[in-house]
Amino acid sequence: MSPDATPATPAIEATGLTVRFRRRGEPEICAVNGVGFALARGQVMTILGESGSGKSVSLKAVMGLLPPFAKVEGQVRIGGRDVLSLPPAELAKLRGGQVSMIFQEPMAAMDPVYTIGDQIAETIVQHEGTDRATAMARAKRLLDRVAIPSAARRLKNYPHEMSGGMRQRAMIALALACSPSVLLADEPTTALDVTVQIQILMLLRELQSELGMAVVFVTHDVGVAAEISDRIAVMYAGRFVEAGTVREVMRTPQHPYTRGLLASTVHGGMRRQELRTIPGNPPSLAALPAGCHFRPRCPEAVSRCMEEPPVVSPRPGAMVRCVHAERAARAADAVPA
Amino acid sequence: MSAALQQHAALDPRDRGGPAQPLLAVSGLRKHFPIRGGLLNRQVATVQAVDDVSFSVAKGETLGVVGESGCGKSTTARLLMQLMRPDAGSIVFDGDEVGAQDGIGVQDLRRQMQMVFQDSYSSLNPRLAMVDSIAYAPRMHGLPARQATQRAEELLMQVGLNPALFARRYPHELSGGQRQRVNIARALALEPRLVILDEAVSALDKSVEAQVLNLLAELKARLNLTYLFISHDLNVVEYISDRVLVMYLGRVVEAGPVEQIYGRPRHPYTRALLASKPTLDPDRRTTVLPLAGDPPNPINPPSGCRFRTRCPYAQPRCAEVVPPLGPPMDALSGAGGGHIVACIVPEAQAGTEIRHVA
Repeated sequence: MSPDATPATPAIEATGLTVRFRRRGEPEICAVNGVGFALARGQVMTILGESGSGKSVSLKAVMGLLPPFAKVEGQVRIGGRDVLSLPPAELAKLRGGQVSMIFQEPMAAMDPVYTIGDQIAETIVQHEGTDRATAMARAKRLLDRVAIPSAARRLKNYPHEMSGGMRQRAMIALALACSPSVLLADEPTTALDVTVQIQILMLLRELQSELGMAVVFVTHDVGVAAEISDRIAVMYAGRFVEAGTVREVMRTPQHPYTRGLLASTVHGGMRRQELRTIPGNPPSLAALPAGCHFRPRCPEAVSRCMEEPPVVSPRPGAMVRCVHAERAARAADAVPA
Repeated sequence: MSAALQQHAALDPRDRGGPAQPLLAVSGLRKHFPIRGGLLNRQVATVQAVDDVSFSVAKGETLGVVGESGCGKSTTARLLMQLMRPDAGSIVFDGDEVGAQDGIGVQDLRRQMQMVFQDSYSSLNPRLAMVDSIAYAPRMHGLPARQATQRAEELLMQVGLNPALFARRYPHELSGGQRQRVNIARALALEPRLVILDEAVSALDKSVEAQVLNLLAELKARLNLTYLFISHDLNVVEYISDRVLVMYLGRVVEAGPVEQIYGRPRHPYTRALLASKPTLDPDRRTTVLPLAGDPPNPINPPSGCRFRTRCPYAQPRCAEVVPPLGPPMDALSGAGGGHIVACIVPEAQAGTEIRHVA
């Protein structure tokens, strides 16, 4: 199901990624149910989904950050190596080196008892074996690069001494310390004020094109996705239901869920109109409906939706998981060229 | 609109001053929080959370309040509800001053003014079934238990939850959207005239947020409600509001009809705020940074105009005087429909492009 537009060696490639949470005495939670994508260096793919759709869990699975009772299956290749089967020591070397992650809450990602400078320098020393002075000098350049004013002084700050926006910048500097080829971003702007959010988005865009990273960006915000992505994958109940370029997905959404999500997103020019909504609530991940998981809320559901929905590729590099898309694609094929 | 107001006045026996009298008039509202520390626990600093805030809410309208974290929008809501005592200022509800001798008491005020909070879970008692949570306030105000329960079931119906399914459920058994519906039902239990919605839809997923926004519009029309809608989401505020109040660091910087504020903002902060909104169009992405830096700390804010430290138009005199709220400088007298702005620099109000002198 990975798009055809994929170049020969993607920076990150996932196939059939599934995550199940199993705890004794509780029903099994099917958080991620077969996610696949491939991303080349220099591309930003956004996973767009609502809470509980499995978007953050997918990222954490790639980084090996899930608790022991999570059962992760499938394959994730970064730089040609299968991440999920790496021994812990190798995985530690990969994390913070070739692949890094930034989070919604920087306080959770940084150590409160070390200064910003110490944390960045430590990462560089660990991964590249340089001496501390060199590492500290690079830490200062990194803080400069993420536009933290008076970087030399800020190196000596503890995370709690910085404002929310500055902490987010410091975390980005930490993540970029060893020039990763893949950056995973888990809602990094969600907790920020709107004027700071746009600063961080513009910074990430700049750094991404400068360093040529592959970025997997997770968000629930359609506007943020439009600002940052090359490609969008829409996730619902643990699966991608639609993927394509940002323009395709935002302008000609194919899946009924994508259409509903875009229609229910309030924006200028909708004043006083009744909003189109998606009825009901997302399904429980412990009891997913059979067939298409969106079926119980779908205005276009038919009896065939009780079966596993087909994955259709309406255009090269795009995918839709819906019976209606299949019919549309077949009709298009039947038209003589 | 005036027809709607007249109808409203005719329908509501509690209306006192008629449609022209604002339902809520706030003037000079102030709340400073002391920060204590040091050896003798002396006051070392002051958070000026709300500083000289004045506004009014007309009967039947929705007033949106926008601003970033620390701008004082939630503190204002709590002061209005008398969850905190203001340091100074008056709150007048339909002609009656709150807490004044010949005015309206807090208990009577809360019958007519209710609030819905952002966190749908922590604002419900985890040990009370939904029907009991909703019936609680009417019972406290003297309604017999059986009638209160009946009223709670009606309210569940009104917010789109089937009482047969939801009345006996507990908060943890509901989704976020369902819980927020219950909170709305509970706020409506005493038949208030004004509902304060403090980030009431902010924590919800977009598909659920749209459902709740539709519900709010429907309830407003059916029950003749007036809303004070506080949110950081500029799109939602534009959607729901008749008038908008923009706050920055504890002060009102601009207010007016929603079309004016969104269509022709005069304060440089309002303009930057609106320009920071993600565009929803991949071909028209933001390329010029609207505003640098974080909002300053409300502890010891800048003198004069509080926005001057981030304002590209700032001049020396901006540090000296607190800019008064007044009609835009380029507006003809009487025009603008009550648009007011707190800025003393004509170029800043007009949004003249700035030439950087190297």
